[in-house]
Order: sequence, then C-alpha cells, then structure tokens
Amino acid sequence: MTIAVIMLTLAGLIFFFATTVGILRFPDFFSRMHAAGKGDTLSSLLMLLPLALYNFHEFDLANMLVALKVLLIAVFIFMASPTATHAILDAGYEAGIKPWTKKPEEESP
Amino acid sequence: MDSFFIGIGVALCFLILLTLHRAIQGPTAIDRIMGVNVIGTKTTILLVIIGSIYHRVDMFVDIALAYALLNFIVTIAASRYFHHRKNLTSSGYGFKFRSEEDK
Repeated sequence: MTIAVIMLTLAGLIFFFATTVGILRFPDFFSRMHAAGKGDTLSSLLMLLPLALYNFHEFDLANMLVALKVLLIAVFIFMASPTATHAILDAGYEAGIKPWTKKPEEESP
Repeated sequence: MDSFFIGIGVALCFLILLTLHRAIQGPTAIDRIMGVNVIGTKTTILLVIIGSIYHRVDMFVDIALAYALLNFIVTIAASRYFHHRKNLTSSGYGFKFRSEEDK
C-alpha cells in the first residue's frame, strides 16, 4: 500500500508540474485556462486519493471518518473546479479578450 | 514516510511560487484570478499533506475543506465582477475602475 501511495502522489506532482508549466508558458488567456482547469482537477484527485488511502494504516472508525472527509474534499474539487473554470472563461470571453492566433508573417512559406 | 511527505510539500511550495509569478505579472485581471484559483487548489492539497506530517489529519482536513469552499466562492464572485464588462486592459492593475472608464 505504501508503494501505491508513493506512485499516486508522484503522478499527481507530475501533473501539477505540467499545470504550472502550462500556466507560465502558454501564449494567451484561453490556452492558459485550458492548462489550469484540466491539470488542476486531475492532479488534485491524484494527490487526495493516496492521502485518503494513507489514513487506513490502522483501521478504526476515527481513521475511516478522516478518510471520508478527504474523499469529500476530492468530490467537492471534482465538482467545483470545472465550474470555477467555466465561470472565469465565460467572464473572459464576454469581456472581449482576443484569442491568440499565429501571426500571418510567421506562417510557413 | 514522513520525509517523503515533507519532500512533496516542499515541491508543492515551489510550484506555488512559480504560479505566483503568473498571479502577480499576469497581463489582465482575469489572468490573476486564474492564478489565485490554482494557488488555492494547491494550498488545499498542501494543508492535508501538512496534517499527514504532523499526524493530525483529523484537524487539518476541516481547515482544508473550509479553504476549498472559500476558494470556490472567491473565484465565482471575482469572475462575476468582470462578466459583461469590457474594461480589461493589459497594463496597471489589469482592469479599469468604473470611475476611470469614461475618460
């Protein structure tokens, strides 16, 4: 079980790193939002699942309640993060942000 | 296992610092809202990891849950403010206040 916890946490950390690189490097608002929305949701689930699993080292009622609360955070993030992403993206679209396009002189001849 | 969680926490803090660059420097205000949202999600995870390090997850998990709720409400409210309002600029604070819009 320790190996499963370590593997899942490292996978979540890799996805968080990909999210951060996407936020820092992408050229415009919409593509940055794409990286932030999807990477954040998946890596949060990948890091909260092993943390709930890690609480089962002693199986009793208190540890099970704590693991259920951690899973409750995971379920809440799974619903709330796409909603927040959609709200920000809708606000940016209605506020008239121009999508990034490749400049005509940079196209391949 | 404790040192593993400490390493993961330090790595998450480093990623939060990198995201803070976008939240400070982001061209428009709505980029900053996105950066703050991502930082809030990372902080929720970091709180549960801190609880695992101190062996007090039962206390820290409630704080993390409250932080996740607060982060969601802040993001929704801040993005509603910019809905249907074409006052985003890529200089200064990232948006124009209502008193400056007519100038």
